[in-house]
Amino acid sequence: MHEATIAQLSQALQDRRVSSRELTEHFLSRIARLDADLNAFITVTQDEALSQADAADARLATSKATPLTGIPIAHKDIFCTEGVKTSCGSRMLDNFISPYDATAVAKLKQAGAIMLGKTNMDEFAMGSSNETSYYGPVHNPWDRDRVPGGSSGGSAAAVAARLVCGATGTDTGGSIRQPAALTGVTGVKPTYGRVSRYGMVAFASSLDQAGTLTRTAEDAALMLQIMSGNDERDSTALPEPVPDFSKALGSPWENITLGVPDNFFDDGLDSDNAQTVRDALSVFEGLGATIKDIHLENVHLSVPAYYVVAPAEASSNLSRFDGVRFGYRAEGIEDLTEFYMRTRGEGFGAEVKRRILTGTYVLSAGYYDAYYLQAQKVRQLISQDFARAFESVDLIAGPTTPTPAFGINQKTGDPIQMYLNDIYTIGANLAGLPALSMPCGLVDSLPVGLQLIGPHLSEDRLLKAAHYFQKETDWHTLVPPGYAN
Amino acid sequence: MDWETVIGLEIHAQLATASKIFSGSATRYGAEPNTQANLVDLGYPGVLPVLNRDAVCMAIKFGLATDCEISHRSVFARKNYFYPDLPKGYQISQYELPIVKGGHLDIVLEEGEVKRIGITRAHLEEDAGKSLHENFHGLSGIDLNRAGTPLLEIVSEPDLRSAEEAGTYMRTIHTLVRYLGISDGNMQEGSFRCDANVSIRIRGQTKLGTRTELKNLNSFRFVEKAIQVEIERQIEVLEDDGEVIQETRLYDADKNDTRAMRSKEEANDYRYFPDPDLLPVIIEEGLIERLRSELPELPEAKRKRFVNEYGLSEAVAAELTATRETGDYFEQAVSSQPNVSPKRIANLIQRELTAALNRDGLKIENSRVTPETIGELAAKIEDDTVSSSAANIVFDDLWHAGDSGNVDSVIEKRGLKQITDISAIETMVDEVIAGNPDQVEQFRRGKEKVIGFLVGQIMKTSQGKANPQQVNELLRKKLRD
Repeated sequence: MHEATIAQLSQALQDRRVSSRELTEHFLSRIARLDADLNAFITVTQDEALSQADAADARLATSKATPLTGIPIAHKDIFCTEGVKTSCGSRMLDNFISPYDATAVAKLKQAGAIMLGKTNMDEFAMGSSNETSYYGPVHNPWDRDRVPGGSSGGSAAAVAARLVCGATGTDTGGSIRQPAALTGVTGVKPTYGRVSRYGMVAFASSLDQAGTLTRTAEDAALMLQIMSGNDERDSTALPEPVPDFSKALGSPWENITLGVPDNFFDDGLDSDNAQTVRDALSVFEGLGATIKDIHLENVHLSVPAYYVVAPAEASSNLSRFDGVRFGYRAEGIEDLTEFYMRTRGEGFGAEVKRRILTGTYVLSAGYYDAYYLQAQKVRQLISQDFARAFESVDLIAGPTTPTPAFGINQKTGDPIQMYLNDIYTIGANLAGLPALSMPCGLVDSLPVGLQLIGPHLSEDRLLKAAHYFQKETDWHTLVPPGYAN
Repeated sequence: MDWETVIGLEIHAQLATASKIFSGSATRYGAEPNTQANLVDLGYPGVLPVLNRDAVCMAIKFGLATDCEISHRSVFARKNYFYPDLPKGYQISQYELPIVKGGHLDIVLEEGEVKRIGITRAHLEEDAGKSLHENFHGLSGIDLNRAGTPLLEIVSEPDLRSAEEAGTYMRTIHTLVRYLGISDGNMQEGSFRCDANVSIRIRGQTKLGTRTELKNLNSFRFVEKAIQVEIERQIEVLEDDGEVIQETRLYDADKNDTRAMRSKEEANDYRYFPDPDLLPVIIEEGLIERLRSELPELPEAKRKRFVNEYGLSEAVAAELTATRETGDYFEQAVSSQPNVSPKRIANLIQRELTAALNRDGLKIENSRVTPETIGELAAKIEDDTVSSSAANIVFDDLWHAGDSGNVDSVIEKRGLKQITDISAIETMVDEVIAGNPDQVEQFRRGKEKVIGFLVGQIMKTSQGKANPQQVNELLRKKLRD
């Protein structure tokens, strides 16, 4: 059962060839058997999942089912889930049971999707390797000595190892696409505002975007169809209507122009990775696409701009974790200053503290103009570069990451090396553009990701291009060794 | 040394919206602690603010009423600091781009002189919660009912030159926001409070002196007293060759002095930056025009109209326009008695009615005597049916009778119909002359003032029924005889 995609299982459920209970039990048993070595889950909600599955089976017998009714999925532990621990990978929220569902969670629940649990992640989504989690690192199913990427590393590993059909993730600087690339799955970060941020624990509000990790673009379309749309609880959610993604996927191929930025093929890119991506581009050429070299003037500034804007917002967003109303609270406190210092000192891990310090610094009087304002100007320039590029190309294509998955502990001592992992993905966040990563080959038996970036609200175009690529290739069907059965 | 005082006020007016500025919680005062705080107010993980449109409209109305420029684009910013009653660890406010700016307001000083006070800006922000330090046995309690309540912070130019001017300006703003219906202005409940920036300089200098900020002044009287005592303190410091330190000071009403709270050196760096959870507020011209058309007659216009239309003095007109309801009451009374002098009606409202309202702690809109009844009573004075002093008694009866009071029947029942029968008055005059030989002697020796005492005696014995003018004339005639 676990070898099938969401689209296939959805058909099987509707044809009553399999029940949601059978599916749910099957995936729960895989989690029980295989997750000890992966650490992809922080919480498994077995009892709730089984009762949801029974409800889904009842619903499947009526005409009120959706394509996701009865499909087992998992949520990144950054999404608030009513009555279920929502830790955000942090000791700070280890005791936090959310009293409400995030909008994306509620929509998937209403559609009848079954939540099997909450997936591991870098603490507060700050990391590119899933090593900053309070709950320990996630292991890459392709090589358990390697990282799965981050911050949505638990979701990526769970989908890659077939512990679940699909999972939610969030992407602030590449946190869906980078782990998708490193684990050989399809990760979609929609346009900023396409999916409501309500109920997603905020990291960097102007960059955070929820999306999906699935095996195929077709499956991503099914999940995003449910998750997307306006939300009166999120002022930054986009009011534009959501097109029918699956219908877009099924529409006939039109010749498109793919822009390939020369600056994405720089010295930092592993040469084997580069070749794999170029081979993938020729698949598109075979479909009739035109490949055009482009140059993004300011994209090399995206990492420094990001590491000003994101920590600045994070330093403020994380101020609410003060031990007063919820979450971790240090014991034996004498006064207010000590209360804050010890609660936050003990509740947050090292990477989170590093970013809070950086963010506080760049917003401080005397530094604001030189750092925060300057970074916002750079952000504008990067957005303009993309806008100009999209005047002559339909999508931009390139690598998702500089290298395949690296070793656990390999980069933890060097934050700059770690941050450079997101060099190709951050631009889309700064410009608010939709982007995805899909598997396009193997290097040293490790998956490599191809990234596609589209103009605002072009999810349908992106998904369609990915779908046609996946019809021509079988990289997305490869199962990590040892997880086929 | 001739010192000049320079004062600027920052007034916080709580906006009279039904719900909070960024959440759907109610804003009612006095609810059980933490019963009006939802997940957004509590700053739970993942929640987001959504701007209350009514608060924006109210801020625009204030801007229009004070000739401010309405910003077509304004931005909410986060003011970051830690305090247990500030749930998110930041307050959502406006910093570089406030919703309205660059206006002014005219205030009327004691001598009737009109002074124009500049309004730098007014911006929207959310209130914090409340820390409770009593009854928690060494711990602190937090009540977040107030967290997220919409405030309009109104910042004046440093145009005020005395404690009295500051008090007058604050009263004028208070009147204005209540006219506009954008704040209930209730000071006991903290809906209207102010911070004062105070400095002094030698008269003639243009450079501002070092200022101190007086925090959280929540009554007109405290504003004036606090500023006055702070001015005196600064003068003393400077005349002793000392230096005024830029700092925040608290006014202690019991001791009537101010003391330092925190100095600039330890001041917070609030790390303001635009709030990425909220879009810039874009205000279309159409909305501004619609709100402009909805503005009521403003206090200043009404005051001027009362002077012109009803022949009232500036001072009386100012008093009768202090609230929209007082002006309405007056005009209802006047229109019910077109032939009675508006001044006489104004007089009754200012004296009898105001005294009774104050005594019973009522607002004029809850008055026990209707405007029509006041008009009728004024008419009875005007046509000499009752004297002014008898009218006091009639008013008191009407007040206590409430709705059931009828002017004619009270006059009848009390027998307060004015005595104009000359022979009856003559008898009373004769009695008074006979009973007060000392005063009569004094009058005859030229101490004319004594006549007032003698008239008073007659009014007393007649229970106010004698026509005082007739009494006066007859008394003088008889005393000269």
